[in-house]
Amino acid sequence: MLDHFGYVVTVFLMVAGLFIVIARGNLIKKLIGLSIFQTSVYLLYIVPGKLIGGTAPIISPQFSVYSNPLPHVLILTAIVVGVATLALGLALAVRIREAYDSIEEDEILMRDQTADASEGVNT
Amino acid sequence: MIIDILLVLMAFTVLILVRIRHLFTVVVLSGIYSFLMATVLLALDAVDVAMTEAAVGAGVSTVLLLGALHLCKSEEARPAHKPWIPLVVSVSTAALLIYGAMGLPDFADPDAPIHHHVVPRYMQNETDVPNVVTAVLASFRGYDTLGETTVVFTAGAGVIALLRRRRKPDLGTDGK
Repeated sequence: MLDHFGYVVTVFLMVAGLFIVIARGNLIKKLIGLSIFQTSVYLLYIVPGKLIGGTAPIISPQFSVYSNPLPHVLILTAIVVGVATLALGLALAVRIREAYDSIEEDEILMRDQTADASEGVNT
Repeated sequence: MIIDILLVLMAFTVLILVRIRHLFTVVVLSGIYSFLMATVLLALDAVDVAMTEAAVGAGVSTVLLLGALHLCKSEEARPAHKPWIPLVVSVSTAALLIYGAMGLPDFADPDAPIHHHVVPRYMQNETDVPNVVTAVLASFRGYDTLGETTVVFTAGAGVIALLRRRRKPDLGTDGK
């Protein structure tokens, strides 16, 4: 269990993000939850690449043991893509706020339902 | 061990973040979380990733979130009912994932498969770039980086398409 402590914390962060995405109605809070979910994956990749006594993977004659560089490369890509999705999601949230005057999921759904109902009366 | 302490701090930060409803506090906490993540990554020898996480995760993301908060309301509504179903879903997912994680190799096990596939070849320094992460990013896996750039370009185009539009004259009170 102690050998896998990093994985346990990773799983906790992951499901905490998942919980925020499912349970919270505020769109900005949801996006923060999504980014926590994404960030936990960084740990899932980087933790197995570490070696005790290893150093950062920059080749130098002074060192012989290096940590695994491949997860670092994959996660560099993931960080940049994560911030791109966050920016797109926030832009959507701002547009929704302008159209519905709210970023709460419940209020948006209620407005949609009342709009549908009034349309049904008119036709 | 320093990594374990930092991991506990991160879990604690996220626990507070889940419970707090004032969105400005939530954004600041997510910035703290990103800096803690950057420190953990540094302790795990991922220096390039730590630098990117501190600059992009803690810097740019926080600025984007604060900008969005400026345009929206900064208080989250009180939930209408207790979130029992999401809690059950999350806890059962966590149980499954931890059960799966127990089958992974031990922390820092040098015989783990991750260290024996393509990595020994990357370490031979074929490209004469001493930083192996740069060599893999730009040379061995250059197409990945091209794909990443495409994603960022698409997201940027999407953001511009969403936010740039003709302003209607009757939409004057949204705080801009």
